[in-house]
Amino acid sequence: MDASGVSSTDGIMEEPHVLAVDDNLIDRKLVEKLLRNSSCKVTTAENGLRALEYLGLGDDRQSSVTDNASKVNMIITDYCMPGMTGYELLKKIKESSNMKDVPVVIVSSENVPTRINKCLEEGAKMFMLKPLKYSDVKKLRCQLMQCRG
Amino acid sequence: MVQAIKRIMELNQLQRSFLEYTAALFREGFLDSQFSQLYQLQDESNPEFVVEVVSLFFEDSERLINDLSRALDQTIVDFRKIDAHVHQLKGSSSSIGAQRVKNSCVSFRNFCEAQNIEECSKCLQQVKQEYLLIKNKLEALFQLEKQIVAAGGAINMVEWML
Repeated sequence: MDASGVSSTDGIMEEPHVLAVDDNLIDRKLVEKLLRNSSCKVTTAENGLRALEYLGLGDDRQSSVTDNASKVNMIITDYCMPGMTGYELLKKIKESSNMKDVPVVIVSSENVPTRINKCLEEGAKMFMLKPLKYSDVKKLRCQLMQCRG
Repeated sequence: MVQAIKRIMELNQLQRSFLEYTAALFREGFLDSQFSQLYQLQDESNPEFVVEVVSLFFEDSERLINDLSRALDQTIVDFRKIDAHVHQLKGSSSSIGAQRVKNSCVSFRNFCEAQNIEECSKCLQQVKQEYLLIKNKLEALFQLEKQIVAAGGAINMVEWML
């Protein structure tokens, strides 16, 4: 509880902040609208590096002083991305001391069991198929609430 | 009074045309349910959302098709690059519900894997054709929508498509 008497967990119930990572412009636009329509605050990133920079986990140590990481309640990332895949991004997030407990959801247009298992084993909260629907976002929001319980 | 009734009848006719046109696009496999999802995302805060996303799709697709033409024209063909482009196009078309374009991308990727230049070129032609078809049809659909809105009507795709 902070001085104003408002519990910091209240914010999550109302407007979770989601970081959505996808190299495809159309998919970014769609996921952003889907999440906004579902009362989420959204930040998008076009690749893993930009996502890490936003979270203050970038290679440039100067960028590690950032408020962003503490505000992000969930990360949704595409699996197939050039450069750094969603899986590699997941690993980096799980290796970080202050971001490792943030739920990471992997999305993919392809249903590949080995890929799904790999991600879940590495700590992904869920794996979902693209394109996402409202029912998927509903599931995600339920997950978020459980996280904070 | 007669004018008002006339206007209502015109609007009705436009809306019926819109409905029939859309139904045909679904029936003939040009579009799948993901397209109706786009309308579910559209709201008063962004009433042009579907047109915006589809316009992005047109730009993106044209760029990818050009890149694919160039890539297949090279002396030494880089199949991994081609596959990456087709994967992108498959993703975008799937995301807006352009089913036939998506399916033509699936075949394309198979021939990429087989590294068959001739078949890949044929696939590219197929993809181009499907893209141009859906582009024409969606542009016609949006024109109809504009007319409906101008005539005082509204598009409630969700009701019509379910």
